[in-house]
Amino acid sequence: MSALPTRKDEAWRYSDLAAVARHWPVAVEPVVVPAGETHADIVRATDEGIRHLAISIGAGGAYRMTILDSGRAYGRIALDVTLHDGADFQLGAILIGHGAQTIELVTTVRHVGPNSSSRQIVRAVAGGTATTSYLGQVAVAREGQKTDASQSFKAILLNRGATANAKPELEIFADDVKCAHGAAIGEIDNNALFYMTSRGVPPAQARALLTRAFLSDALEGLDEATTETLDAEITALLETAA
Amino acid sequence: MLVIDNLTAEIDGKTILKGLTLTVNAGEVHAIMGPNGAGKSTLSYVLAGRAGYEVTGGSVTFRGEDLLAKAPHERAAAGLFLGLQYPVEIPGVSNLLFLRTALNAQRTLRGEAEASGAEFMKLAKAAAEKLGLPFDMMKRAVNQGFSGGEKKRNEMVQMHILQPFMAVLDETDSGLDIDALRVVSDGINGMRGPDRATLLITHYQRLLDYVVPDHIHVLMDGRIVHSGGAELAHKLEAEGYSAIAA
Repeated sequence: MSALPTRKDEAWRYSDLAAVARHWPVAVEPVVVPAGETHADIVRATDEGIRHLAISIGAGGAYRMTILDSGRAYGRIALDVTLHDGADFQLGAILIGHGAQTIELVTTVRHVGPNSSSRQIVRAVAGGTATTSYLGQVAVAREGQKTDASQSFKAILLNRGATANAKPELEIFADDVKCAHGAAIGEIDNNALFYMTSRGVPPAQARALLTRAFLSDALEGLDEATTETLDAEITALLETAA
Repeated sequence: MLVIDNLTAEIDGKTILKGLTLTVNAGEVHAIMGPNGAGKSTLSYVLAGRAGYEVTGGSVTFRGEDLLAKAPHERAAAGLFLGLQYPVEIPGVSNLLFLRTALNAQRTLRGEAEASGAEFMKLAKAAAEKLGLPFDMMKRAVNQGFSGGEKKRNEMVQMHILQPFMAVLDETDSGLDIDALRVVSDGINGMRGPDRATLLITHYQRLLDYVVPDHIHVLMDGRIVHSGGAELAHKLEAEGYSAIAA
């Protein structure tokens, strides 16, 4: 992480390189979940900048991470996750980009021990001329037998000028694993929008409801109080984004 | 209640409605029947204001106001309800949230006070019970995983909660078994009253055995070509549309 990345670097091809230069070099923040322990964090990213987290989850440990990324001209979060024997990593991430923002999430999940599991659910909304990108790699080592990994990325573009990039990547060296991934980029469902307005919901409110519902996949499994808090924050963020 | 005068409309430059004229008075139930492609669904979408359906001529007056000048949500607030042939699934939005949002948006637009949580729950419970929709389904995402019959019941529940002056029901009877057809028919009949009107759009006479209309119209090639009383349904069923139109 010493040389400034260029457009030729796969992991930086969608970045705002002028902004990257302002924040270079990036210090790697270590996160350790000791064996057998269960941790959960919510990361709210609102200021311009780059964060790089190196997460190590010990044998039998579990880590749930929720990311709410919005409101910054340039923002990048990179997670480098190492899963040991029987460890579990769950990521739910919401990226909201508007104006001319560039919001990036890059994950590398390494299953280095057997019986580990991981799941990334990433939902992005881009309006204006914003760019939201998700680059997600799952790497299963030869020792990573019985790995159960899944990754899902979906993005909604609110305007013609908005962009979403998806780059799922699987690298598997074990022969007895389950790895699933899916990526979809689309627009708000016009049928649902018409249905809601035909029942009396004004179009702006209908769009907000549909967008919030779309994002809520990333909050799946959180307790009710946390979900409610995040839901309120998302609603406020979407109002500023609209 | 509803006055449609010489209405013409097109989709993607193709004219579908070619001078449709129809008056529905308060207290009446009208049925529109017609073959595939006659313009039945187009009529319902034009009335509800769906994007892509362009009115090229004529007028629609609803309760004394120009309906076509209003946006879809304003038409709903004015008291128009469209029951869809294929109700849409909305993942992540619960039925209850959807309906409460809709009801309160309508009330706000009409200058009325919003329904409180308790008041709304009472309305929702009563409507669901009346139409045999398990209340649990009200908590689920709108229409998601619902069977065809359950979706149509849900349309009726929505109609009962929103209490429109006029319901336009587009093939609400299609895909229903006999039991569901009865429930849906009861739902429609339960909305009959001197201040309300219903426009049923259907392919089959079956529904009209349960919801007996005051008038039946035959829609062919974008126009009403024939009108009659309730007895017309059986005649159509026996002789077909072309014989009647000839």
